Amino acid sequence: MNDRRKIPEGWDTGAESIDSQDDFKVVGHSPERVDALKLALGKGTYADDVDLDGMLYLKVLWSPHAHAIIKSIDTSKAEAVPGVELILHHGNVSRIPYTTAGQGHPEPSPYDIFIFDRKVRWVGDRVACVAATSERAAARAVELIEVEYELLEPIFDSRRSADEGAPVLHDQPEATGLPDYEKDRNIAAQMLVEHGDMEKAFASADLVLEREYSVPYQAHCCLEPHVALTWLDEDNRLVVRVATQVPFHSRRILARILEIPLNRIRVIKPRIGGGFGGKQEILLEDLPALVTLRTGKPARLMHTRSEEFCSSRTRHPQRLRWKTGVMKDGTIVAQELEVLANTGANGAHALTVQSCTAGKTLPLYDAEAYRFIMKTVYTNLPPGGAFRGYGGPQGFMAMETHMDEVADKLGMDPIAFRRMNVIAPGHDNVLAKSLGEGKEGPPQRIRSNAIQECIDRGAAAIGWERRDSLDRDGPIKRGMGMTCLMHGSGIPGVDMASARIKLNEDGSFNLHVGATDIGTGSDTILSQIAAEALSVPLDKIVIYSSDTDHTPFDTGAYASSTTFISGQSVKKAAEGAGRQLREAALEMWRVHGKEKKLDDLRLEDGHVRAADGDSISYADICLSTFYEHDQHQIQDHGSHMTFECPPPFSAHFCEVEVDTETGGVKLLKYVAAVDCGVAIHPASAEGQTEGGAVTSMGYALSEDYIFDEKGKLLSDSFGDYKQFTALDAPDFETILVKSFEPAGPFGAKSVSEIPADGPGPTIANAIANAIGIRFRDLPITPEKVRRAWLDQQSSGE
Amino acid sequence: MKISLTVNGLPVSWECEPHEFLTEVLRREGLIGTKRGCEQGDCGACAVLLDGVEVPSCIVLAAQADGHEVLTIEGLGSFDAPHPIQRAFVDETAIQCGYCTPGMVIATKALLDENPTPEVGDVRETLAGHVCRCTGYVKPIKAVLTAAEKMRAE
Repeated sequence: MNDRRKIPEGWDTGAESIDSQDDFKVVGHSPERVDALKLALGKGTYADDVDLDGMLYLKVLWSPHAHAIIKSIDTSKAEAVPGVELILHHGNVSRIPYTTAGQGHPEPSPYDIFIFDRKVRWVGDRVACVAATSERAAARAVELIEVEYELLEPIFDSRRSADEGAPVLHDQPEATGLPDYEKDRNIAAQMLVEHGDMEKAFASADLVLEREYSVPYQAHCCLEPHVALTWLDEDNRLVVRVATQVPFHSRRILARILEIPLNRIRVIKPRIGGGFGGKQEILLEDLPALVTLRTGKPARLMHTRSEEFCSSRTRHPQRLRWKTGVMKDGTIVAQELEVLANTGANGAHALTVQSCTAGKTLPLYDAEAYRFIMKTVYTNLPPGGAFRGYGGPQGFMAMETHMDEVADKLGMDPIAFRRMNVIAPGHDNVLAKSLGEGKEGPPQRIRSNAIQECIDRGAAAIGWERRDSLDRDGPIKRGMGMTCLMHGSGIPGVDMASARIKLNEDGSFNLHVGATDIGTGSDTILSQIAAEALSVPLDKIVIYSSDTDHTPFDTGAYASSTTFISGQSVKKAAEGAGRQLREAALEMWRVHGKEKKLDDLRLEDGHVRAADGDSISYADICLSTFYEHDQHQIQDHGSHMTFECPPPFSAHFCEVEVDTETGGVKLLKYVAAVDCGVAIHPASAEGQTEGGAVTSMGYALSEDYIFDEKGKLLSDSFGDYKQFTALDAPDFETILVKSFEPAGPFGAKSVSEIPADGPGPTIANAIANAIGIRFRDLPITPEKVRRAWLDQQSSGE
Repeated sequence: MKISLTVNGLPVSWECEPHEFLTEVLRREGLIGTKRGCEQGDCGACAVLLDGVEVPSCIVLAAQADGHEVLTIEGLGSFDAPHPIQRAFVDETAIQCGYCTPGMVIATKALLDENPTPEVGDVRETLAGHVCRCTGYVKPIKAVLTAAEKMRAE
């Protein structure tokens, strides 16, 4: 087994290219982001920042019940409110099953939702929608809609949801899912994956450890709520201006459920005020679109903050059971993971989030055999969906806490234990094939991998050697923890992105991308890639993203794909334009009697330069090709899809203080060392790391969905929900570890999601180190810590 | 009803309803830099200065601003001459999606007007009322300290 560390002959791990990044002029530097000044001045226009004449404002009536049949709706009093123009509900809207999940076609999520249904399935489900000339009139009318419900027994406990006799949520005949869909048992998705001889591997192990973990709901908390504005343009086409991560999926799904031709719809993505997966949903634009189609008037729907919590999407809560077989020397031989996930009332991303729970975690440590057992069940609670990390934060909480527990049992240092098992370059991700997106996935072999260096540098930065001598004498006790992480870059064989570039008379370029900047900085990063490929400064690239009429297709901003997939499409387009520049220069020289060879021409500083010292500027080439000779537009496009999915790697470390008298946990310092290949814009890669990690610090310690006994969410405001603020966020150090990913543009892999995977287990491990108590359930609130401390004291441990 | 106030240094008279909040009226008048994040006074996206004091404009009635002075993000700087605070947020890459940025910049203005030499703790206190899910606060905190330093040097 142990040629584990051997790299297969001829396999490019990027190591030889690492130094080439020193030659990059734009990539690998952190120029001013292309949109930053505009945003600092308050001039960025988000979806809601335009005014439309004669606009109708929409308000939705949400279900007050967790599970009920709508027996009747009486809208007569609501219609009498001055200003009310239209009220939509299940009685006057087509019934077409779909999924709100903004995924590629066909979506690997069940079609279990309708624009309006006769049945409501959670407190916060849609009942009706009012369009009126003012928000106040719409809100008043919503209050006057009279609905008669027949209450049904709800099911809230995911552990009982698939039991015989449990209330069934999706009894409608139209709902369909993947082959293993069992709606009559409330099972939205399930999966069993095995690799190797599990029984033999466990039987051979010196030690087998099995533990259970659980992770809660989490809200995205995008500062910009979901919002969509719609209108008809002068050609009677529907224009949808929406805060979305997936404009092209939005257009495709809207065309189907609105029953109008796709070519009659234009989806515009303006600036987006955060997404994190929450805007990878076709969540609200169908309602203003319907109102516009029926009234001919512009329409607008924006969620309130409370609606964001109750009626949009969340991170899937999970219960996880982890079982590891290990030899005395620390070699892992078998890993088994069982996941029971709660998808709430709809199955958006029910299969794929959970398959990523295994796909991002299990392959990190080599074993002879793996097993993954998964079930995602419906309950009468808010629906799960895509959320930064996409199953990773759940899975890593279990795995990386479990690895510490295994190391403890073996009496090994957690770092030493991980080092000897962690996947190395040249190794196959043996689970990749069986954990595809609802079908077989392409095989994966690891190229760039600097996880060992991430561990080294992170440990040095936190001062790991101090771990055994931290102050634990008084009531406030210190501890230190760490975790190792891996993620992915795009969905192999599924994600596709395209870009188009054209030359202007001053030597600048218009770059049109379908990629969607949701705050990640992708407009800047993609511009840098184009600038590097064309050898021009960043300000010579004028980027526009994304509009289904005017930019080419891109699957969207999700799955950590934008830099890796969209970036490669930009590089191809730019290289194509570069080749045309050289060809045009060659022709210009030829008409002046100078014969040169194409291979001797290179692009440098906005010029085509020949080996003999001659040069022509791009501006002169453009003027010539526009007006003088061989007239044409220098322009090109690129599309990119790949079967590779290179994982970024990371090691997280933290030091905490646990106050045993209050149960409070204070984060003193957090270190994230990350191998994202070449960081195209290092300051943005740091920002992604810091932001993603702090989001999950809230997940680890404070954020929670608290429901009353009838399924109503009580923590539905920023005040009650308790995400981290600037006062809670610790001192933070990000270390970008150099590697070079041969499959990525200029050596880049992804960075956006991996930081969200780490804080849960890193903090839990640090708390265990501080007070000797192992928390397996998030969030680790002061109440839980204090109670566990008192229990430990009274049991005399 | 009619309200008369000074906005970004200019006197204006605006029509509004008695129940309308200041955010709504500012945005209707084209000052879209003031954002709607929670409309409950929790997130800071709608922060403006009212007579120099930072307030969440989503829970201040427009009528309450009658006769007072309001500073919004648009009153701070321009493309040609950004305010040093705006420059610092840009230079420190403290802006990701940018939705919280106007509120944070306004809060920083209020802080630095009162305390030109803030410590990290002061900065954290100030930004604590400004929810940001993108940046992790590391770079915004740095931006405020950088802005303070630059403004002291001017």
